[in-house]
Order: sequence, then structure tokens, then C-alpha cells
Amino acid sequence: MRDRVWILLGLGAFLLLLTSPLWWNVRARAGLKGPDLVLPADQKDCVLPAHEMNVSHMQLLLQWRDEVVRQEIHSFKAYDGKVYDMRLSGTCLSCHEKAKFCDRCHSYVGVKTPYCWDCHIDPAQTRPALARRSPQ
Amino acid sequence: MNISRKQFLKLTGASLLTLSAGKLWSALAYAGQAVRHPVQLIRGKQLAMLIDTRKCAEHPDCTRCIEACDQAHNIPSFKNRAHEVKWIWTEPFENVFPSEETRFMPAGLKERPVMVLCNHCDNPPCVRVCPTGATWKREEDGIVMMDWHRCIGCRYCMAACPYGSRSFNWVDPRTALGELNPVFPTRTKGVVEKCTFCPERLTRGEEPACVQACLAGALLFGDLNDPASEIRKQLETQRTIRRRPELGTGPNVYYVI
Repeated sequence: MRDRVWILLGLGAFLLLLTSPLWWNVRARAGLKGPDLVLPADQKDCVLPAHEMNVSHMQLLLQWRDEVVRQEIHSFKAYDGKVYDMRLSGTCLSCHEKAKFCDRCHSYVGVKTPYCWDCHIDPAQTRPALARRSPQ
Repeated sequence: MNISRKQFLKLTGASLLTLSAGKLWSALAYAGQAVRHPVQLIRGKQLAMLIDTRKCAEHPDCTRCIEACDQAHNIPSFKNRAHEVKWIWTEPFENVFPSEETRFMPAGLKERPVMVLCNHCDNPPCVRVCPTGATWKREEDGIVMMDWHRCIGCRYCMAACPYGSRSFNWVDPRTALGELNPVFPTRTKGVVEKCTFCPERLTRGEEPACVQACLAGALLFGDLNDPASEIRKQLETQRTIRRRPELGTGPNVYYVI
């Protein structure tokens, strides 16, 4: 019984450690508010309903990739009957802004920036940013 | 059970022989049958190009086709030759057609710059060696296509291509790009690339970028399997040559000399 203080102290420290992510969030003021996304102003519908895009846009992009590159299928009929060109930079980024939409959400949920952008170009930053680097 | 060491060894040997008999038999049975790659049957179009080197020679300083291609496909221009990436470029005649070279050639022919690009072969060796299926011959139009998503950069295809049509990205190409064409991707370090006959333009009903850019009409593009096509008519009315046809690759870029 003489160790009661130590046991309670240890338990307290353990609980604090266990709940540290919560406190961390409180300190960072993350709260329950999601990422601050900028949605396209002039478009209401995406190629799939928003909640589906939310959870499965990555599968859709992979499907588009394979169909365009390997099967010569270039247009996608959306759920509302609209037909879209299956292009990442051309179609997706004609509505969405990568920095204020894709990147913000990915960084919020802690997803590593996908390697799409190693090759596909964000139209918002074409020449000016790249030209500053010297050619080898 | 009591067995002597001799009996044990005999039994082990016999069992091993029995177990391996099947394998041995199949190895012997198939030894004479080499793996064959039959030439694919023609299913659709075979897109091809006819290059009139005489017209090119009339405009020795013209690089319109090269520039159009570089611009359309975000091809980097490295100063270091070891890092070069090329889809369409010129080589001296004697290098493009080494077997056509003779001691007494018309003046200037030996050094005449000749446009070279991927030959989109009938029987492409690059496709045969690609371990990931990142390059393949499209059945619908005969284009030797690339999927850069799938390329692992092993460069087997570069070793296999007898025309040197493929380039490897030793360095991040974005470090050597001028104005970017935002609708076409760049490539990334560690990926092989080459001419694709512009399928992204063909689907829009446009000709390849180089063909469209050529003002001299030196590049003719069309379907070899269509008897009414202009390229077929041209091929049937004049003598043309191809690069190293003796290799059996069936190149689909033809040249008028």
C-alpha cells in the first residue's frame, strides 16, 4: 500500500500518453473542422457523387489511367449522363485547384502526396516555377 | 524395422530417381521445341510514316518537326549528351543506312541529315523483352505504345531496339524543360520513353505533331493496311527503303532517298 502514489502517478502518465494525440490536436486547434477546401465555383457536380469521390477517387483515377493508356477508352459517362474526357490535368484540374483542393485534403488526412504529380502537370504552375531551375 | 545402411541408401536412391523421373521425362520431351514467337496477325490498321529525305535536304536548317514534337510531349533538352532524350531527331545518312553506303555516292548524300524516330515495328524486339508489359504493340493500329506508369526503368527495351529509338531519363526531366504543355505529362526520372505516333492527337482526328508541323510535306503519315491511303499509293509508286529490314523487325517508317 505504500506504493499507491507511484502507481497512481504511473497510471496517470500512461493515460496522458495514450490520449496524447487528442491533446496534440487540441493544441494544434485541428478540432472537428475538416480541411479548408476550395470547391469549384462554377460546377456543382463531379464525375461521381461527392461522397463517392471522397472515398474512391483513387480507384477511379487508376481505372481512368488503365483505360486511357491501355484500352483506348477516352470518355467517361458520369452518373448524371454527362460525358467527360478522362484526363487528370485536362479535366480534373480544369475545375479543381490542386493546391487548394487535392493537397489540402491529402495533407489533412496525412496522405503522402501521390506520385501522379511527378509526371502530370498542375496547370496552375507551368513555366514560371520550372524555368527558374537551370538546365543540366 | 531393421535395415542395413546399404539397404537404406538403395531405397533412398530409388525413391529420388522415381520422384525425378517425371521432370526428367518432360525435360527430354521438350528439349527439341524452341520457344517461338509467331508474327502477329494483322488485326486492324498499321500506321506508318514515309519520310522524303530529298525534301528535308532542301531545307537543311529546318527543325520544325523536332520542335513541334518536343513542345507537344514536354521533351527535355539536356546539354549533357549522356542525358539526352529524343523522340524524333536527325542522324547522318551513313549512320541511318550503314549498308547503303558506297565509296562513290552522290555529293552530300553521305552526310545528308535523315529524320529518325521509332519504327513502330511489326515484330518489335522491345516489346518482347519488356518484363512488365509497359510497352506493347496495339492491335488496333500497330502503334508500339508505352505505359510510363508501368515502366520500371530496366532498359531491356533500349538494349533490344536496334535503332536506338528509346531514351532513358537519367535525370528528372523537369529540370530541363522550357515551356510546358500542361495537357501532356512529363516523364519522371528512371523511365524510358520514345515516339508514340501521337495517339492522343490521333484520337482527336489530328495527325502526329511532327507531320502537322512539316511545311515541306516531307512527312507522310497513314495506314499501310488501307489500299486507298496516300502512303500506300506513294509506296507503290516509288522506291523506298527502311532501316535494317534484314533484322526481321518489320520497321514501319519508310524513306525516299
